[in-house]
Amino acid sequence: MKTIDLLEETYWALTANKARTFLTMLGIVIGIASVIAMIAIGEGTQASIQASIQSAGSNLLFVVPGTQKGVGIQVSGGRGSAQTLTQADADAIASQVPSVAAVAPALNLRFQITAPGTNTNTQIVGTTPDYANVRNVQIAEGSFISNANLQSFERVAVIGPTVESDLFATGTDPVGKSIKINEVPFRIIGITVSQGGSGFNSPDDMVYVPLTTAQQYLAGDTYISQVSVEAANSQVMDAVQQGITNLLLQRHKISNPALADFSVYNQAQIVATASTITNTFTMLLASIAGISLLVGGIGIMNMMLTTVTERTREIGLRKAIGAQRKDIIYQFLVESVAITFSGGFVGILLGWILALLLSLLAGITTQVSLFSIILAFGVSAGIGILFGYYPARRASQLNPIEALRYE
Amino acid sequence: MIECRDITKVYSNGDISTYALKGVSFTIKDGEYVAIMGPSGSGKSTLMHILGALDTPTAGQYLLDGKDISSFSEEELANIRKERIGFVFQAFNLLPRATVVRNVSLPLIYAGVPKEERNKRAERAILAAGLDEAHFSYRSNQLSGGQMQRVAIARALVNNPTIVLADEPTGNLDTQTGEIVLGTFKKLNDEGRTIVLITHEPDVAMHAKRIIHIKDGKILSDELVKRHENH
Repeated sequence: MKTIDLLEETYWALTANKARTFLTMLGIVIGIASVIAMIAIGEGTQASIQASIQSAGSNLLFVVPGTQKGVGIQVSGGRGSAQTLTQADADAIASQVPSVAAVAPALNLRFQITAPGTNTNTQIVGTTPDYANVRNVQIAEGSFISNANLQSFERVAVIGPTVESDLFATGTDPVGKSIKINEVPFRIIGITVSQGGSGFNSPDDMVYVPLTTAQQYLAGDTYISQVSVEAANSQVMDAVQQGITNLLLQRHKISNPALADFSVYNQAQIVATASTITNTFTMLLASIAGISLLVGGIGIMNMMLTTVTERTREIGLRKAIGAQRKDIIYQFLVESVAITFSGGFVGILLGWILALLLSLLAGITTQVSLFSIILAFGVSAGIGILFGYYPARRASQLNPIEALRYE
Repeated sequence: MIECRDITKVYSNGDISTYALKGVSFTIKDGEYVAIMGPSGSGKSTLMHILGALDTPTAGQYLLDGKDISSFSEEELANIRKERIGFVFQAFNLLPRATVVRNVSLPLIYAGVPKEERNKRAERAILAAGLDEAHFSYRSNQLSGGQMQRVAIARALVNNPTIVLADEPTGNLDTQTGEIVLGTFKKLNDEGRTIVLITHEPDVAMHAKRIIHIKDGKILSDELVKRHENH
């Protein structure tokens, strides 16, 4: 039997009962579409998390205070609660650890901010001018904190675009206007460029003030809550990380590294951790979608078994006029693969549209990858073969004499 | 040419063996029109299955065009059916939504004949079976019973078989339509086709030129039909 004839026979068989073919195909369409959409959501989330981590700057290390641990009975505070990191530590890192390009200490606080008539609660970052370079903060309007601001404890603030839209009506220029952070008046000197990202810790929803001002007027203390360190290049990251650890252990007079009252995180490690989490998330979504694909596959098998029973006499006739077993197997296998393949094709389109709609309407970042499309095609063809084989084999093994007598 | 030598068929079901055919021998030459007649349970269906290469005998030889096919494999039998046998069934067994041409050309698909050639040969067979060009594009479920059976006959003819085997071809038809179908067989036989008709109705068998009676798996009689000159 020629391939073209096989395809023509398949076409006739599938169009003979259009409603049933359509419904069976629908199972696969929904399965494939949900796999595509779910993977798109998962990969989109992964990409957006990675982008927001990368947007913080490149070759970054973060030093944060940890829990102070003592020998004997442990009374642990929360991680990051220790107030052991100081400006002097940051200066020592900048001057003593080799291959450090820049250091930006920061004091992160959270306060109510008020402008005339409105208010918002957001993160305040007390920092130095280097922060803009290290953390990749760009200024849309006005300027970032200067050394002069820092030295003279000036009450000036640089706000993110989210804060701007929360506090000021569109069209007004906030630069030069005054806001109150925890009842202390500050003058706005700049607005940052949006870096994207959402949720808390979005770089767009922040207010930057001079570190000295923050310590004096807002925290009332001299500790800092984070030091961002930019390494000279990506190859020295591990060495810099080790250098900072050794320096701080020495400065804090801790001999056992396990008892360190600080932690040094590497940006690459954070990306890797985030990827692990989003991968798990993607797998979870994909397996839920995979279940609907499996159900679709069972639908195919069900339809094919019904078809084989219904067409018993036709199979008997085909065998009587000279069809070989393999002709019958191919005929039924091609039918089920044709259903899954066309279902898969429609499913990919539908899943793609779904992903686009989710991005447009729900604001979820999605990314349809070539991998997921190849996977979907492979899986749908595989389902056709897997769930079509048993019915096809059953058809091919029918005895022509009995099949012709079948009522 | 068909040659059956001492054909025996035994169906075994556990300990019980049933003899459907007990040593049947006969020869059918090319161009003959033979009716195999017998009551139900006589073994005529079993004989038809063996003659049609759908089944093999337990013992004995079945020579089709000089070739003993009694020990052929399933695959080889399918090839024999494809090339040498044309079947006409009581229940027509047409593909309901397919056109007449597609139904008739179906055996040629398995023979690997290209589509154009297939359609040409199918059209020739349809005309030979007594239908006309107007019927080519009809769907088979739009036809009457007599027309359907003639489509089935055309399908049996399309691969130019050694024999056309008809199993109760008039069983589903009224007498008048049955006569038309039998007329078609006669015409085909006059053109030189070998036809074997399996039936339990004497009236139908009388249309053949030779009648083999079988009963209880044995040949009861094998005789030529004497024709009334005016028939």
